[in-house]
Amino acid sequence: MLSRTADHLYWMARYTERAENMSRLLDVSHRMSLQLPGAEMGYWGAALGITGLEPVYTAKYGPITGANVLRFMAVDLDNPSSILSTLRSSRENCHAVRGTVTSEVWETINTTWLEGRDSAAEKMKGGGEAELVEYLEWVKFRSHLSRGVTVGTMLQDEAFHFARLGTFLERADNTARLLDVKFDELAPQVSPGNEYYEWGALLRSVSAFEIYRKVYRDVITPRRVAELMILRDDMPRSLHGCLKEVHQILGLVANSRSSETRRLAGAAYSQLQYGRIDDILEVGLHRYLTDFLDGMAVLSSRIAQDFLVPMS
Amino acid sequence: MKNIFDEMNAPGGAVRPHYSRFQEWLAQTPPAHIAAKRAEADSAFHRYGITFAVYGEDAGRERLIPFDIVPRIIPADEWKKLEAGLAQRVNALNAFLHDIYSSQRIVKDGLIPAEQVFCNAQYRPEMQGIDVRNSIYAHIAGVDIVRAALPDGQAEYYVLEDNLRVPSGVSYMLEDRRMMMRLFPELFSRYSVAPVEHYPDLLLDTLRQVAPAGVDDPAVVVLTPGAYNSAYFEHAFLAQQMGVELVEGKDLFVHDETLFMRTTQGPRRVDVIYRRIDDDFLDPLTFRRDSALGVAGLMSVYRSGRVTLANAIGTGVADDKSIYPYVPDMIRFYLSEEPLLLNVPTYQCRKKDELSYVLANMEKLVVKETHGAGGYGMLVGPASTQKEVDDFRVRVKAAPDKYIAQPTLALSACPTFVEAGIAPRHIDLRPFVLSGKEVRMAPGGLTRVALKEGSLVVNSSQGGGTKDTWVLEK
Repeated sequence: MLSRTADHLYWMARYTERAENMSRLLDVSHRMSLQLPGAEMGYWGAALGITGLEPVYTAKYGPITGANVLRFMAVDLDNPSSILSTLRSSRENCHAVRGTVTSEVWETINTTWLEGRDSAAEKMKGGGEAELVEYLEWVKFRSHLSRGVTVGTMLQDEAFHFARLGTFLERADNTARLLDVKFDELAPQVSPGNEYYEWGALLRSVSAFEIYRKVYRDVITPRRVAELMILRDDMPRSLHGCLKEVHQILGLVANSRSSETRRLAGAAYSQLQYGRIDDILEVGLHRYLTDFLDGMAVLSSRIAQDFLVPMS
Repeated sequence: MKNIFDEMNAPGGAVRPHYSRFQEWLAQTPPAHIAAKRAEADSAFHRYGITFAVYGEDAGRERLIPFDIVPRIIPADEWKKLEAGLAQRVNALNAFLHDIYSSQRIVKDGLIPAEQVFCNAQYRPEMQGIDVRNSIYAHIAGVDIVRAALPDGQAEYYVLEDNLRVPSGVSYMLEDRRMMMRLFPELFSRYSVAPVEHYPDLLLDTLRQVAPAGVDDPAVVVLTPGAYNSAYFEHAFLAQQMGVELVEGKDLFVHDETLFMRTTQGPRRVDVIYRRIDDDFLDPLTFRRDSALGVAGLMSVYRSGRVTLANAIGTGVADDKSIYPYVPDMIRFYLSEEPLLLNVPTYQCRKKDELSYVLANMEKLVVKETHGAGGYGMLVGPASTQKEVDDFRVRVKAAPDKYIAQPTLALSACPTFVEAGIAPRHIDLRPFVLSGKEVRMAPGGLTRVALKEGSLVVNSSQGGGTKDTWVLEK
C-alpha cells in the first residue's frame, strides 16, 4: 500500500481516538467540579493548562468559567486542539483515502464531522455546561461507531492494520497523559473521605469504574487505580493493553527495515507485561509516565520513518 | 428563444413513445412519495460526499451537484447512430494526433494551416517522435453532444466539443444510475435500460491494453492533484472501482529510468498512469518548474516507452476550439469516410470575413475562447446584456485569433424538477469513449442540465445539474 495512504489511515484513527480521549478528559473535569463546589475553577484551569493555550482562551473568553472552557476545548474551531478541530482532521485524512476505506467507514467519519460541526455552531452561540457535556457524550458515541465500523466492515489488510496502529498508539499516549495530569493534581489535595469521589470520577471517565469494582472488590485507592490503568493486560485502555496491540500489529506489517522499531515496541511491551506497581511507584509515577511518553514519541517517529510519510 | 425540442413532450402535448411508461409512472406516483425520494437522494449524496469543489467566490467549500430524478431517455436506434459516430470521430482524432506528432501529412497536404497546429499553445513539441503504444493518444475522450431543433420540428444531434485532455463527470454517470435504481427500482421493471456499471472494468481493461510492451501484469495507478481538487471525488471513486492505487505526484519517483511508487513495503514499479492532472504540471523538469503536483523525470521515462500516460501528453491540440472546425475533414482524410455526426457551424475569428460577421452579429452568437473550458470565458449573446456584448466585442477585436463563434443552438430540453414543479430545462450529453486495442463506451453518458430557466450553460461549475441517462435496449 502507498506510504501516504497508510499515513492518512493512521492519522485518521489517531485523531478519532484523540477526540474521544479529549472528551473523557473534559468529562472528568466536569464530574469533579460538580462534586467539589468551590474548587471547580481549579479543575477547569488545570484542564486548560494541559493544552498550553491559556493565552488564546483568555484573549477570546476572558475569565475562566466551566462553560467557556468546555466551549473552547470542545467546539471552538479557533482552538486547533479542540475536539471539533480534531474531528475535522480525522475527516480530512479519511477524505484523502476514501477509496481505501469502506464506504461505511467514510460515511461514518464524514457524518461525524458534518453533524459535529452543525451542533458545535449552535453551542458556540451560548448555553451552559450541561448542553456542552451532552456534546462530549455524543463524541464518545461517534468514536465507538467509527471504531466499530472499521472493525466490522474493513478487510483485515494493511489499511486496517495501520488504522488500528494509530488507534492504540494514540490511546496509550492519552491514557498516560490523563494519569499523569490527574495524579499530579489529585494526590496532594484529595482529602480523606473524598477519595472515593475523586478517583471514582477518574475511573468513570475512562469507563473503568465497574471494571475496578469487578477486579478489586475493594475500596478505591490510587495505587490500584494506577495498576489498573498501567499494568492490567485485559483492560482495553491500559498501557499494557495498548502496547500488546501495537507490538502485534508491528509484526503484521513488518517490512525489511522495521525490525528495530518492532524491537522497541517489544521492549516497552515486556516492561508492562512483567512490571510491578510497587517498582513503578518507587521510581515515581510522574517520572515513569514521562519516560513512557518519551518512548512512545520515539516509537511514533520510527513508525513514520519505516512505513509512513516521515515527520519533517 | 425559437422553437425548442422537448425530449419528452411532443408539440401539442402528446408524450413521445419512449417516455410514455415514465409518464404513466409519474401520474400514478403520489407527489409526496417523489418529494421524499428527492430528499433522500440529497442526503445520500451528502453522506457519500459526492461533492464538487467550486472555484471563485465560494472557494474551498464543497457543493452538491444537483441531481434530477427525471431520466433522459435515448431510444436504441438513436444511440446506435451516436455510438458509430462517436467511434468514428475518436478514431479520426487519434489518427490526427499520431500524424501531428510524427509525419504531419495533414499539414503537408494543406488541409489544416501549419500555424493552427504548431502555434497552438496545446501543441507539445516534446511529443514529436515519441512512440506511444498502439498509436493511441486520447484513451479517454468525453465528447459533448447537444441536440437542437430543426425548422421542421425534428431535432438533430451535434458535437459541441471534443474533450481529450482530462474529461471528468463519469463518476456522476455511475452514481446517478445507482441512485435511480435505489430510489425507484419499480421504474427499471417498466424499462429495459442498458447497464453502465461495467464502465470501470472497461476503463481498467483499456489502461492495461496500452501498457508498455513486454509488461505482463501492468501496475495501473490514478494520478490526482490531491484532495482539494474539484474532481477529487471522481479520482478516488475510479481508483476504488478499478481496485488500483490513487497516487499523488509525491508518492512517485523516478529511479534508473523507471517509475516507482513509495509503499509501506518499499518501492513498487508503475507501468500505466491514468493521470487527472494537466500536461503543464506533469514533470517540473520538462514543463512548469513550479509544479509540485508532478514527478521530476517522468517525461524521460515516458520518452523511453517505459510508462504509459493516459491520456498522452499534447492531446489538447486536437480538442482546441480552433481545431474543431477541421474534424469533419480529418474523418475524410484519415478514414476515407463521411462524418456520421454533425459539427456545429463555426466562425473562426482569425479569418477576416468571418470576424466581421461575428462582430456585427454578436448578440445572436455564442462566442468562445479557443482555449477556454468549463463554461468560463464565453459569451452567450442572446442571454447577455448590451454592455456584456460590447465588452466582449472589445476583447474579440483585441485578439481575434483567440475566439470562435457559433450560432446559438436551441438546445433540446428535458422535463426537470424545479421549485415550481416540473418544467423543461436545457440538456447536453457527454458520452465517455475509451480507446485501447478497440474503441468502446458505456451506453449513454452523463446528461447535464441547466437548472436556470432559459440558461444554456450546463457546466457544474456554473450551477448545472445532472440526470441519469437511459439508453433503451429495445
